[in-house]
Amino acid sequence: MREREREREREEVSESSSSKSRGGSCTEGLENVLENVLENVLNFLTSRRDRNAASLVCRSWYRAEALTRSDLFIGNCYALSPRRATARFTRLKSLTVKGKPRFADFDLMPPDWGAHFAPWASALAQAYPWLEKLHLKRMSLTDHDLSLLADSFAGFRELLLVCCEGFGTPGLAAVASKCRLLRVLELVESVVEVEDDEVVDWISSFPDTQTTLESLVFDCVECPINFDALEALVARSPSLTKLRLNRYVSLPQLYRLMLRAPQLTHLGTGSFSSTEAAAVSDQDPGYAAAFEACRSLVCLSGFREIWVDYLPAIYPVCANLTSLNLSYADVNAHQLKSVIRHCHKLQTLWVLDSICDEGLQAVAATCKDLRELRVFPVVAREETEGPVSEVGFEAISQGCRKLESILFFCQRMTNAAVVAMSKNCPDLVVFRLCIIGRYRPDPVTLEPMDEGFGAIVMNCKKLTRLAVSGLLTDRAFEYIGKYGKLVRTLSVAFNGDTDLGLKYVLEGCPNLQKLEIRDSPFGDVALRSGLHHYYNMRFLWMSTCKLTRQACQEVARALPRLVLEVINSDENAGDDIQTLYMYRSLDGPRRDAPRVVTILH
Amino acid sequence: MESSVTYENDLNLKATELRLGPPGTEEEKSVPAPAAVRTHKRPLNETSEECTSKGSNAKHGAAPPPKAKIVGWPPIRSYRKNSLQENEGAGTYVKVSMDGAPYLRKIDLRVYGAYTQLLKALENMFKLTIGEYSEKEGYKGSEYAPTYEDKDGDWMLVGDVPWDMFVTSCKRLRIMKGSEARGLGCGV
Repeated sequence: MREREREREREEVSESSSSKSRGGSCTEGLENVLENVLENVLNFLTSRRDRNAASLVCRSWYRAEALTRSDLFIGNCYALSPRRATARFTRLKSLTVKGKPRFADFDLMPPDWGAHFAPWASALAQAYPWLEKLHLKRMSLTDHDLSLLADSFAGFRELLLVCCEGFGTPGLAAVASKCRLLRVLELVESVVEVEDDEVVDWISSFPDTQTTLESLVFDCVECPINFDALEALVARSPSLTKLRLNRYVSLPQLYRLMLRAPQLTHLGTGSFSSTEAAAVSDQDPGYAAAFEACRSLVCLSGFREIWVDYLPAIYPVCANLTSLNLSYADVNAHQLKSVIRHCHKLQTLWVLDSICDEGLQAVAATCKDLRELRVFPVVAREETEGPVSEVGFEAISQGCRKLESILFFCQRMTNAAVVAMSKNCPDLVVFRLCIIGRYRPDPVTLEPMDEGFGAIVMNCKKLTRLAVSGLLTDRAFEYIGKYGKLVRTLSVAFNGDTDLGLKYVLEGCPNLQKLEIRDSPFGDVALRSGLHHYYNMRFLWMSTCKLTRQACQEVARALPRLVLEVINSDENAGDDIQTLYMYRSLDGPRRDAPRVVTILH
Repeated sequence: MESSVTYENDLNLKATELRLGPPGTEEEKSVPAPAAVRTHKRPLNETSEECTSKGSNAKHGAAPPPKAKIVGWPPIRSYRKNSLQENEGAGTYVKVSMDGAPYLRKIDLRVYGAYTQLLKALENMFKLTIGEYSEKEGYKGSEYAPTYEDKDGDWMLVGDVPWDMFVTSCKRLRIMKGSEARGLGCGV
């Protein structure tokens, strides 16, 4: 359809240019031809960074790029108005919009703060009748918004909602029933409203005919679904390769679904337990055989209420797995070992620390191709000791040399282990270490953790994302400023000594985009030191630091295109700021801020 | 050194010490034998909390009080926290199944202070008698025996381990027919 559109446009343009050139100069015709050629060439540019660069060359390139961009990424929904986006880019097929900053996930923001999708929904509905894909993260959207989407885009294909909230099953039902060409419906870590009297059977809302569904992900939906309808849906969705069930789907039900869809590549197993109070070993209809029949399975997750005795059922697929998510399953070292020893091809592993250092050692011994590891804590509290420590951490660094991304929660860590990882895993792009005990020094040397994090930024030359923890002095930040030249995202919590720390980072890291800081002793002097860079950043978050309103006001005056949101929980705070959330915006401060937010200008 | 220990005992500081929890519960017990055998186990929550306050104060003067609740720390999404049913004083809910019953029940273990209270509650809930526990013979003579699945995935007889240890390690309860339960106690 797009090709025909463009053909028509080209004809119109050449017609008008030729009529002009008959009367006027022929350079105009030439320009139009060049513009068309440019558009054709720009069609091949997919990277948004390349496109952004191309659009800055000259006005003609700006126009051509705008006409040919089909996929728009908006990192902060408040950086511009929907109207500005739709005015510039007239031919979008796909849109990604991100709303709240990440610290909103940890209850550091008032619940009604914003990131409402409604204004975007209505703008999109008018501007892009041929929109195919929408990807939202940390946005607030209602059932009404979803209905509007379902009504407005006849060719809609993909909906991804990550960490969103505000909608419920009626909205899902609208999408399911009206988007007849839907291929992807993915709800990831989103909160779906499930007040009992308003729960709708959205699974039954899919059309009765064969569907084009390729991916159905609803593991975060916290209410039961109509299983018979789901089974029938799976049966009439021959293209379905990705299915992630919620915890209301039991093991016997999973079994039935797997028999219907042996072509699955990605499976979220739901509860992986049974509601029947049956003895553990009887009534097994052959779960292992069902897994074995899914020969294309490469990604396994779920296990929300795992009956560990049934874990061996997955053995037949382990050898082919590239991704395994056991992070909702309280599995011990022995149980993990029985699984992981088959997983030679594993590249992504998410687990709980219940597997202990022993489990990590087993991972290190087998998963030589591991790229991403996430270890979450079962006990989300400060303790002196935990089940994982520098022992398992170092073992991973020894065994998994190709590691690119790590998120590791622990109660203790040594500089030596972190230094070892910096040397053993030079390909690290994402390094997030969370020592849950705040202000913890190296338990062996009693030194701060400066040297460990320093080694990471020094040795891991591809590092773009860093989260620090433990006892850190200004020295750690000096290292980051000196060596972290590619760092784009930095996360700081309960760290640092003086303003110098933040100053080092703001002055030293030219690629810094997202900086989130909480409970650290950085103040006005540090804030002022970043004035040269704030227009290049997506946002700065500073909560429970040492900022004053006055300093923020100065910044607001110095940089008029910055929006400074001050979120004060305490009315009597005086000049001290509780939370500063600061970001650049082309269209000035938003008008939908709640009362607790003050926007400085 | 010895004289100061005697001094402490004379004053009986322990009896007047302020504690959290009902009187009569012994919190500062030594770690029981079974836990010591499991090499990679975390220590009991109670003892570790005390260790935290001692340890952090010794090493770093600025450490905040161990029980202070900090918003959003550690940085784990509440979605994930809720999914793991964390014991944050909001209760330790475990499912209770009974052989022959069509649906399960859920109880909050934290509500009870001891085994006797728990067993009484189970008897009321399911309208049955469980009987007396003995270390040697389990629940001899009763029609039903309460069992539980612990963190290691093993099925244990309710009553074998100290109550506090039971609360933190019990993942789900199952009331078995007495005849089946007689084999327990030696490990399933």
